[in-house]
Amino acid sequence: MSGFFRADLRQRAEELVTLYPRPRSATIPLLHLVQEQEGYLSEAGIEAVAALTETTPAEVRGTASFYDMFHLEPVGRYHVGVCTNVACLLAGGAEMLEHVESTLGCAAGGRSADGLFSVEESECLADCNLAPCVQVNYRYVRTRTPEEFDVLVEDLRSGRREHDIPPHGTHSRVKRQGGLRAPKDEVAAERARARDARAQRDAAREETT
Amino acid sequence: MAVLDAPRIVTQRRGVPDAHTLKVYLETGGYEALRRALSMNPEEVAAEVDAASLLGRGGAGFPAGRKWAMLRRSPVSYLVINSDESEPATFKDHYLIEHDPHQVVEGIIISAYALQVTQAFLFVRGEFALGIERLTQAVNEAYAHGALGSKIFGSDFSLDLVVHPGAGAYICGEETALIEALEGKRGFPRIKPPFFPAVTGLYGEPTVVNNVETMSNIPWILLNGGASFAALGAGRSTGTRLFALSGRVKNPGVYEVEMVKNTFRDLIFDPALGGGIADGGQLKAFIPGGVSAPWFTPDQLDTPLGQDEVGSLGSMLGSGSVVVMDDTTCVVRAAWRITKFFSRESCGQCTPCREGSGWIERVMYRLEHGGGRMEDLELVLDLCDNIAPGLSWPPAQTTICVLGPSIPSSVKSAISTFRDEFAAHVAHGGCPYV
Repeated sequence: MSGFFRADLRQRAEELVTLYPRPRSATIPLLHLVQEQEGYLSEAGIEAVAALTETTPAEVRGTASFYDMFHLEPVGRYHVGVCTNVACLLAGGAEMLEHVESTLGCAAGGRSADGLFSVEESECLADCNLAPCVQVNYRYVRTRTPEEFDVLVEDLRSGRREHDIPPHGTHSRVKRQGGLRAPKDEVAAERARARDARAQRDAAREETT
Repeated sequence: MAVLDAPRIVTQRRGVPDAHTLKVYLETGGYEALRRALSMNPEEVAAEVDAASLLGRGGAGFPAGRKWAMLRRSPVSYLVINSDESEPATFKDHYLIEHDPHQVVEGIIISAYALQVTQAFLFVRGEFALGIERLTQAVNEAYAHGALGSKIFGSDFSLDLVVHPGAGAYICGEETALIEALEGKRGFPRIKPPFFPAVTGLYGEPTVVNNVETMSNIPWILLNGGASFAALGAGRSTGTRLFALSGRVKNPGVYEVEMVKNTFRDLIFDPALGGGIADGGQLKAFIPGGVSAPWFTPDQLDTPLGQDEVGSLGSMLGSGSVVVMDDTTCVVRAAWRITKFFSRESCGQCTPCREGSGWIERVMYRLEHGGGRMEDLELVLDLCDNIAPGLSWPPAQTTICVLGPSIPSSVKSAISTFRDEFAAHVAHGGCPYV
């Protein structure tokens, strides 16, 4: 296991587990980390998560396969999601998806021949005031016309969007600084004192009524 | 005319540049409410929220104060914030976490103090990459500022807050599914009873699950008093509320308006709000509270924006998202797409939902795309009746959670109100709009 994550991610992976009362709770954040390293969920990555969360690879795969953002097969460096749910449907979302598919040369669920792009028909992405909604690697790109999308594709191909659209898998570029800060015994003592104080207040209130 | 003189509560920093940073948040009164809360005892803080009569803003509209009062007394308890916003056409929480993440964080810390919980988790929809970055940054800044961690602002209260990303599943907005996901499992809703995580929640411990917009109201309530909040709105619907307006409307967007004082007509047509139908079209129908809600027609435009006002007419205010359909909208296509959504997002535990959603979707598909028959309308309604017997509102339930009973809303609304459009589809051999 310890050999799977590259050095910077290994430290984050180990920190993630300590944020939760039970290690298995770190499963989803850890799977995002595997995708940050590999672009998708490799078998080795699933085994690494199982070891960190004290579960089995089957349990991790069972969790991973439930969620749309986890990919058990490689996807494009740029994963394009096009919403066709009701608000976008009324704004041309279905037509936008057709345009995206024909421009990138792959149907929803597939990957372009050069491996650069993959396409997904998304459910509502909660940006309905700017419909139809398109995301690339879960970043809102707000290309609302076919022409705007074509410009974006050129920018992505030439690397002009590296600054705001990292490769697929990199989920949050802002990292949590530090682990838990409130020591467990301190919290337990505080809460016990607070409970006692409350009991006293309750008793005092009862006396006055 | 719309009544727009209420204070802006959760959108008070709208238009303020860099409102998501600690610096600007502090310059605009941020974390003052937390200081005030820490000078009170926890029951007094809870009493203030109770006095506000704040209804939960996640969709079910359960009173936040009552939910808090149910929390089982236990040495260990958790506060979990639901920011998995996935109800189609709902984008208010998206706005709040990107534009004012510190307001969310401050609301959580105050609530955690009132509840005396040991740890808080902020579950954010995975597709909100920027929102997750903003919230993570806000949490980092709050720790550095002394608003999180050990001995908050020098008080005898410590708290840790963890931003937990989701990974793409509508069902995780259901609070027990969210808890399962937070435990590292598939997002399967839990069997009820127990009905409330306040009794048995995360790791079997008492847990309060609140929505992001609910949390965002808490700082204002602490600074201005629960009574000031309760003075806004009317009846059970107090305060202001965010409405996400989308579809065939001139100015789609997120609007904070006082509850009950305004109607759907105000929201959709007032120049300061929706501004009317796009491209000069005619209103045909609208969804009053997310795609799980039965539709309204222009006849219901003067319904006030209130929980009970909408509920008494056989629908719900739900997540506060209003979708406008006009005379260019094919209602068969809209209803089919909504059913397809439910079919994709059914977790698969319960047969009526898992199988029924797919059957309805396929019949709706052929009605829209050709091959439909008039008998299909009764077939679809019969399938709906198998998921939610009686097709009444609120729906009867054959499934573990309410996703199943939400499936019939749109198809039943479309068939009962626009039967002639279905007939036109059958006669035309497909959609006459394309």
